Amino acid sequence: MNVIIILILASLGVALLFLAGFIWAVRSGQYEDTVTPSIRVLAEDAKPNNSETNTKPK
Amino acid sequence: MAGKPFCCLGCQTVFSLLQENGLGQFYDLNVAPGTRMTGAATAAKWVFLDDPAVRAQLLDFADDRQARVTLQLPAIHCVACVWLLENLFRLHPGVGQSLVNFSRREAAITFAPDQIKLSELAALLAAIGYEPQFTLGATEKVQPSPLGKRMWLQIGLAGFAFGNIMIMSLPFYLGLDSFNGPWFKSLAGWLGLALALPVVMYSAADFWRAAWVSVRQRVLTLEVPIALGLAAIYAASVFEVWSQHGPGYCDTLCALIFFLLCGRGFQRKTYDRLAFDRDYKEFFPLAVMRKTAAGEESVAISRINTGDCLRLRHGELLPADARLIGGTACIDYSFVTGESEPVKCPIGERLYAGGRQVGGVIEVETLKPVAQSYLATLWNHEAFRKPRDHELGSLTNRYSRYFTKLVVGVALGAAGFWWFRQPDMAMKAFISVLIIACPCALALAAPLTHGTAQRLLARRNIFLKNALVVERLAKVDTVVLDKTGTLTCADARGVEFIPVTHLVTDSAGRASARADILAGPDKPPTARADARPGQLPPAEARWIYSLACSSTHPNSLRVAKFLGGEPLPVNGFKETPGMGIEGEIEGHLLRLGSGSWITTAVRGDACPPNNSSNSGSTVAVAIDGAWRGEFRLENSLRPEVEQLITQLGNRFALALLSGDNERAAALFRKMFGDHAILKFNQSPADKLNFIRDLQQRGRRVMMVGDGLNDAGALKQAEVGVAVVEQIGAFSPASDVILDAAELPQLARVLQFSRQAARIVRLGFVISAAYNLVGVSIAAAGWLSPIVCAILMPLSSATVVAFTCGATVWLGRGLKAGRGLVDGTQRRRRQLSALELQALPKEVA
Repeated sequence: MNVIIILILASLGVALLFLAGFIWAVRSGQYEDTVTPSIRVLAEDAKPNNSETNTKPK
Repeated sequence: MAGKPFCCLGCQTVFSLLQENGLGQFYDLNVAPGTRMTGAATAAKWVFLDDPAVRAQLLDFADDRQARVTLQLPAIHCVACVWLLENLFRLHPGVGQSLVNFSRREAAITFAPDQIKLSELAALLAAIGYEPQFTLGATEKVQPSPLGKRMWLQIGLAGFAFGNIMIMSLPFYLGLDSFNGPWFKSLAGWLGLALALPVVMYSAADFWRAAWVSVRQRVLTLEVPIALGLAAIYAASVFEVWSQHGPGYCDTLCALIFFLLCGRGFQRKTYDRLAFDRDYKEFFPLAVMRKTAAGEESVAISRINTGDCLRLRHGELLPADARLIGGTACIDYSFVTGESEPVKCPIGERLYAGGRQVGGVIEVETLKPVAQSYLATLWNHEAFRKPRDHELGSLTNRYSRYFTKLVVGVALGAAGFWWFRQPDMAMKAFISVLIIACPCALALAAPLTHGTAQRLLARRNIFLKNALVVERLAKVDTVVLDKTGTLTCADARGVEFIPVTHLVTDSAGRASARADILAGPDKPPTARADARPGQLPPAEARWIYSLACSSTHPNSLRVAKFLGGEPLPVNGFKETPGMGIEGEIEGHLLRLGSGSWITTAVRGDACPPNNSSNSGSTVAVAIDGAWRGEFRLENSLRPEVEQLITQLGNRFALALLSGDNERAAALFRKMFGDHAILKFNQSPADKLNFIRDLQQRGRRVMMVGDGLNDAGALKQAEVGVAVVEQIGAFSPASDVILDAAELPQLARVLQFSRQAARIVRLGFVISAAYNLVGVSIAAAGWLSPIVCAILMPLSSATVVAFTCGATVWLGRGLKAGRGLVDGTQRRRRQLSALELQALPKEVA
């Protein structure tokens, strides 16, 4: 039956990792604005040929 | 660039700027991205931003190498906007990262102050069409409190503990404890206590604090029994685990805290885009130009002294009461009075704060500091200091007063009963009653009903400041309406064209023609002398439409809307502020504007009268130097207003307040009936006092208004409803922001909020029924963790399902609105065809 203790502790450990991840996400401000990211993904990255020919010479 | 139509030089500049910098993709992201250019931006306009005091107020953070500023960019409206602004660093080497917050219409921009000054950054943004908005109010804005983050952490922690403890408790629910042996029970118990401790200490912190506050103030709010119940559950769990009786009730405890927090979070829905607490500062500029011996300098509003000489250009707002000393003043007081027609003022005339100059440069001498000016004094009224969102009178708290006494009474009764029968059971019964009677379901009923109602209304473009407003709406018994801008509006329906032939023969018939237009679209004007609306030849109508489209002046927009059609290219477009617009279309020179201005260009004997009418406004038209006639613009009733008044009149006492004169009194008397109070020529302070008088006579008043002139009344009333033409545009401080198109739904909204109050009461009944069962079990001393774990979440779930379901079911009767406000689709539909055609198009 000792195996159940190991299992409980392991599952608790995994759960705590997720909790830590959640706390990190909240503290880094990922829950502040939930609208803009959903819009941002709709814009694709610049087309490679476009950006190369048109980039301003430095 | 050939083959691409541009509406103006500004759009063409933006297009070439973006192409040069490899941002041409902007034009692929949306059919017609970009915003309409409202005039060439000059760098001089932003000089005030380099004033160290102003700069320090605006910057979030600054050191030698970089600085960060959060700018309000109201023009943000689609995917392309977000993309362009976040690629701003490609336009200027001094710009670093920029991050857009779409729902707040904000961009946080990092930049190197030694490479780009704040004023240059503002000019750059203005040049690509995102003119930053700097208002006095914005600088005083407190940073958003960390309440949001805290709430998320509290809910997350409670949910985590709830899930994990419940999994460990599963064997006990299924009766497997004998199989696992006592050591497992105590292990699960101790782990549960350990996991629940941070939940009790951190997640439930607000309940302890609120309960402590209400105990100290000797008011029994709902937090008292909640805190009592939570404390009892934790204490009982510690006792059980310590004495090895069982695994405790930590699963139930965490579940309760989790549900309670979710309910609170649900209620705390706000709309970032909408500001419900705006005051005059929100649209006062940060700085104005002051005339000095050496020329002029930019001075922060707060540093304006009495006697300063200020220079105002076209479109600038007067921040303090002042006297006109130079220039031709034509002041638009629409912010203050709601009256859209600018007023011409002679030299020496007193001008009031909040007026906007239309036309050339004027010089004024300030008479009062900003804080003591006409507009500011309204906000110093006590109505603006009274706290509005006190929950003490709320339905839940009235019930909780009885509830707490009852629970403590029953708990003591049960303990007393067992004391004489079986003394060892007394403590258990006492704690059990406190545990089971924890008013979780009771606490959830109101937030969930009101929160659901708030969301349903928001989908119909009716926005409530917070969920508590639903409860206040349900209590309203008197409705006070503003006239101009609320019941009437300036749109295409009030426009008519009077050809020159009718105008020259008659000028006495005008007054009668005008009074009829107010009667609305259903009743065509009848008693009309000689001034009949005429038809324009279709070709001419199209020219005028094309010219009117090119200007953003409200009168031009109304004329354009009235005529409709397809625009033609306009050459040599010129706008003379305060006078009119001119341009050449298909070889014909057109002029639209005030009568006196048109006269200067008209040949022949037929000239428009110089004294334009005093009520309503007119736009004269000249084609190729010949006066063609004029457009008359009048306010007309909004559609379905009459039905609304009838519906409201059946249930509420009605009153009408108007800053206007009495010329439409007869019409409104007929509509409102004999009992309603109609008041005309009301100043903002009169309106506020009228509402207060009603309240002193015991009425609960809802005020429906629009402009700043209603601001005092909106604030004083139990519920202030601001009617806006465009969601997100300026609205005075209010509890409800209503899209003008949804005004006819107002009676239905009031009915819905009364139904919501009934749902909350039914929720209380359900929760009371569960408590009756639970408390009976507890008082009998039969309470076990399994009973707790089933009964308590079940009662909460029933209440949640009932209140949400019933609210949604009742809300289905509200007519569907025009869709969600946030999101790009809505905004694109909002752009009228007129605007779309004027935007640059990339033809791939």
